[in-house]
Amino acid sequence: MLIRPKEGILDPQGQAVERALPALGFEGVESVHVGRLVELEVADPGRVGEMCEQLLTNPLVEDYEVQVEDGAAA
Amino acid sequence: MRFGVVRFPGSCDEVDALLACRRFGDAEVVWHRERDLHAVDAVILPGGFSYGDYLRVGAIARFSPVMEAVTDFARSGGPVLGICNGFQVLCEAGLLPGALLPNTGLRFLCRQVDVRVANPDTPFTRACARDERLSLPVKHGAGRFYAPDGALDELEANGQIALRYAEGHNPNGSVRDAAGVSNEAGNVLGLMPHPEHATDGLTGSTDGGKLFGSVVEHAVERAAVAA
Repeated sequence: MLIRPKEGILDPQGQAVERALPALGFEGVESVHVGRLVELEVADPGRVGEMCEQLLTNPLVEDYEVQVEDGAAA
Repeated sequence: MRFGVVRFPGSCDEVDALLACRRFGDAEVVWHRERDLHAVDAVILPGGFSYGDYLRVGAIARFSPVMEAVTDFARSGGPVLGICNGFQVLCEAGLLPGALLPNTGLRFLCRQVDVRVANPDTPFTRACARDERLSLPVKHGAGRFYAPDGALDELEANGQIALRYAEGHNPNGSVRDAAGVSNEAGNVLGLMPHPEHATDGLTGSTDGGKLFGSVVEHAVERAAVAA
């Protein structure tokens, strides 16, 4: 699950990173946002959306995106 | 009149909360695994870092067994006060509107601030005058209250933003200077400043005592009505 601050909500962490990059010579960087990554193994990926809504994200302030990879972990 | 102060793993202000409550009434600790509130008259969710604030502040504590009892108590009109982490837990539990995000300045803040009583008609502020200034300490990393604009208009119209940071005192970027927010019925209040740390002259302000005194007044009245 990729969890991001909702668009339009002040993201001071993203802003701090955006300001820090030019200080190292990385120019032309904009729209930096910092979110979270949650990895898990699950038998039924159909319920992952519910997990996101009820615990893994706060839907008021965060958006999420689910990426599913098939097969057992290596 | 008896307060119950909930102790989560990672709570750290429950002892000060107990001491503050005991200046005004009786108080006992309620462990977070308990499903029963011991028939207390008011519940305090104290400050701290429940469950290490893992995932998001207050996100895990919300699922503690005691929270079911706290939710039932709140729904039946019982006064519930969430301080700092307690405020965050109440928002995550859906007992209060909005969310608390990392401070705009990204730094953990520890300082004395002034708040104004915007609504003196709640069980927690009834001993205060409208616009009264209270000096209270804040100490938090995620105290930026947020709610969408439409919701904020409603909160303001209902008097649910009961406490506001005084001009120039908003330490964390909270929208509309909201320092303390209640539910619609007014019996659940969360605030980021710490009234329990402001009840003894030794540490400066005693303004926080007004909140505890208010709750006692309210609880005594509520018990009399029920009797």
